[in-house]
Amino acid sequence: MSSTATPAKIKVETPFRRFVSEFAASKIAVGALLVFTIIALIAILAPWIAPQNPYDLAVLDIMDGRLEPGAVGGGGYVHWLGTDDQGRDMLSGIMYGLRISLLVGVGSAIIACAVGAALGMIAAYAGGKTDSAIMRLVDLQLSFPAILAALMILAFLGKGILNVVIAIVIVEWAYYARTVRGSALVERNREYIEAARCLALPSRIILFSHLLPNCLPPLIVVGTMQIARAIALEATLSFLGLGVPITEPSLGLLIANGFEYMLSGKYWISFYPGIALLVTIVAINLVGDQLRDVLNPRLKK
Amino acid sequence: MALYLLRRIMQSGFVLVAMSLLVFIGVYAVGDPIEILISPDADQEEKERAIRALGLDLPLWQQYLVFVSRALQGDLGRSFVFNEPAIQLILQRMPATLELAFGSMIIAIIIGLPLGLYAGLRPDTWGSKTIMAGSILGFSLPTFWVGLMLIMIFAVQLGWLPSTGRGDTAVLFGIPWSFLTIDGLSHILMPAFNLALFKISLVIRLTRAGVRETMLMDYVKFARAKGLSPTRVTFVHVFKNILIPVVTVLGLELGGTIAFSVVTETVFAWPGMGKLIIDSINVLDRPVIVAYLLMIVVMFIVINLIVDIVYTLLDPRVRLESKGT
Amino acid sequence: MSAPTLEVRGLSTHFFTRAGVVKAVENVSFTVGRGKVMGLVGESGSGKTVTGFSVIGLVDPPGRIVSGEILFKGRNLVGMPEQELRDLRGNRIAMIFQDPMMTLNPVLRVDTQMIETVQAHQKVDRETARQRARDTLGMVGIPSPDERLKSYPHQFSGGMRQRVAIAIALLHQPDLIVADEPTTALDVTIQGQILAEVQKLAATTGTSLIWITHDLSVVAGLADDIAVMYAGRIVEQGPVEQVLDAPFHPYTHGLIGSVPSRNKRGVPLRQIPGMTPSLLSLPPGCAFRARCERPIDACGDMPELTERAPGRFARCCNPHLEAVA
Repeated sequence: MSSTATPAKIKVETPFRRFVSEFAASKIAVGALLVFTIIALIAILAPWIAPQNPYDLAVLDIMDGRLEPGAVGGGGYVHWLGTDDQGRDMLSGIMYGLRISLLVGVGSAIIACAVGAALGMIAAYAGGKTDSAIMRLVDLQLSFPAILAALMILAFLGKGILNVVIAIVIVEWAYYARTVRGSALVERNREYIEAARCLALPSRIILFSHLLPNCLPPLIVVGTMQIARAIALEATLSFLGLGVPITEPSLGLLIANGFEYMLSGKYWISFYPGIALLVTIVAINLVGDQLRDVLNPRLKK
Repeated sequence: MALYLLRRIMQSGFVLVAMSLLVFIGVYAVGDPIEILISPDADQEEKERAIRALGLDLPLWQQYLVFVSRALQGDLGRSFVFNEPAIQLILQRMPATLELAFGSMIIAIIIGLPLGLYAGLRPDTWGSKTIMAGSILGFSLPTFWVGLMLIMIFAVQLGWLPSTGRGDTAVLFGIPWSFLTIDGLSHILMPAFNLALFKISLVIRLTRAGVRETMLMDYVKFARAKGLSPTRVTFVHVFKNILIPVVTVLGLELGGTIAFSVVTETVFAWPGMGKLIIDSINVLDRPVIVAYLLMIVVMFIVINLIVDIVYTLLDPRVRLESKGT
Repeated sequence: MSAPTLEVRGLSTHFFTRAGVVKAVENVSFTVGRGKVMGLVGESGSGKTVTGFSVIGLVDPPGRIVSGEILFKGRNLVGMPEQELRDLRGNRIAMIFQDPMMTLNPVLRVDTQMIETVQAHQKVDRETARQRARDTLGMVGIPSPDERLKSYPHQFSGGMRQRVAIAIALLHQPDLIVADEPTTALDVTIQGQILAEVQKLAATTGTSLIWITHDLSVVAGLADDIAVMYAGRIVEQGPVEQVLDAPFHPYTHGLIGSVPSRNKRGVPLRQIPGMTPSLLSLPPGCAFRARCERPIDACGDMPELTERAPGRFARCCNPHLEAVA
């Protein structure tokens, strides 16, 4: 061992690093994050790793319909999770279904977040009549059950992925708006905003470069939870037959398709997509729970 | 008190007017009322007649007056499919939905209160931790999937409970009810439990938080200092205090429950309003959809009003303060 | 001479928190004779309230009495079965809390809260219990007690609520009342009335009192003996007049100096510099050392409570400590 003292590396504790170490304090949350990452990877890579392309009618064989899990079908490979009434491999169906579910869930959550955050910031920054008008709208939205509002919107817009996204955005933006307005109102009175104002920076810059980053933590927490809610809502709407079209089944629609066979004991057509949905939602919620504990100083013990 | 009530009722009236405007704008101004309200199968002459009846040839603000006056007379249009007044269709199915919603409320209280109480009184035991973990599941599980699992286990595998329909009904006040017969009860149990899942979790959390908060209060310690038994302290001093928020929140949830029964009714083929609205949406029976929307809005407003009044009656602080004003 | 009402010997109550053990009360001893008033004085966090709760047996986890004896009329309360303790609480030993706004349960009527106290300890019917409640309310100076019984706590003013709390404490004519700053939250005039009332009651019924306060002027007019607590320990005790006239301990001296008075007009008020140390990280030795005006080298060791004059005790390292007027 050399005696020349190498100066010990000084670890600078950046906020991000502290955040990571605090998040990692909960093994459950880390596990949930891992599970969610795997799910997301499966969804993204589905076309390359799925045994079958469930949308390609040419490869489907009606003779393979409703095979039990583990059975070998005409395609020559094992259907680990069975097949549905069309002879579609359930494992592949779930992988592709995850794509749709995550796309709709994450996509609508992001759009709702953008819309809600913008309106919330405007409400907080402008105050007065603008503020109360926006908040009235938020109150109205929040007092009405999401499922009902979404149903009504879809009843008039019709089915389709885009319409589902629109419906989810309309029923969820209010959560973001309320959250952002709440923290923006607190931040607005801080000195750094006053300083920025004294510099006569344009409102746009103050809003988005100074105010917004400081409102991010609560927004991230709400956003995570809302992704789970959006996925569940999409699944519910699709289950009710009002969501995504039959040609691009999400998990909810897969469950709905298997529903009628459940009574005759062919549980797998509904059961496995349900498990996939469940694991996804619970994993996101667990991550969100830990994020809330880490990012919300008030809840810190 | 009377003044407070009056003010509250007036508020509700305003909300109602605002909502009716919103629905009206949605149907008449944004949408095409001819397409929405007149059956696509109608011939030209029928269409003309309907347009006159609905006042669609009048200016928009007069159309609104026609819309409101017809709504006040209980005329919310005719179903294309059943060719019956939409409101009548909805009212026929309302008892089934109400029965389901109230059943789920009762289940939520019967299961949620004791579990929440236990979790609040003994927060560090394994039992409590299990209950709290379970309540997270109750919040995040998609209702319809749990419904399917219930059917799979209790109807298909075990064969204990029937999976669809209302079963035998008995007539009370001229309305058939399922909860009055054994067969009906066995039919309502699973859907009501399914619909209750979310509320069970809610009640558990509210009760637990309330218990933990109340237990720290001076008046609980004072009650113990008076030499009261733990049973009396828990069930009179603590319980009465947490009952108020739990009842209030549950009451406000009733509207949401009725709305959410759409899902449960579809899963269990329960012939209520929710099933009707889904069927109507699927066949584009728009007058029924509009009527349902208006009915739900009215129910929401009425429920919130009732909850407010009940809350006032329950909490002596609110009751007496409002008496003074 | 018969046994004193209360004799506390070497009482230590610790709180086992996650951050460490908090020695809220450490080796505290005092005696309260029949019909006597003992003033327990200290700043917040000095352990005086925890001492009071220890006496009535209401130290909640994570707190625990770790050693010592509490002899109530010769019976040791430490380690007594909960059932027996409960029979004493509110019956032979009563407690009055600091904040009258918080001690009465807001959702229960006053009569309920009084009658349950009577019935917890005596098998009497409701009517007899109500009579007793009404008489006691009258005794503490509440006008038209019959009507007041039917009221809810929030309909009373703070002073009236404290009178109700005192009435509840008096229901069974206890041998000992632990009063935890019962007048701190009240207006000065109300405070005076209540003090006078309590003094009269103690004198006529032979009830002993432990009066916990941070206010020396209250103790001066009310108590027979005084114990001054600092950081969980008694630093000085003795007959009230002697201690206030000529305290031994620098802390007592400082406390008296910081009371404003007419006689000292123009003279700047003395103050004790610094603040009470955290009980989690008490330095070894005398806890008051850091704030003391006359520290010496020996202060590094914890001093014992020693008798400096007949009936006068002080905990200070300075052997030549003299009573300073």
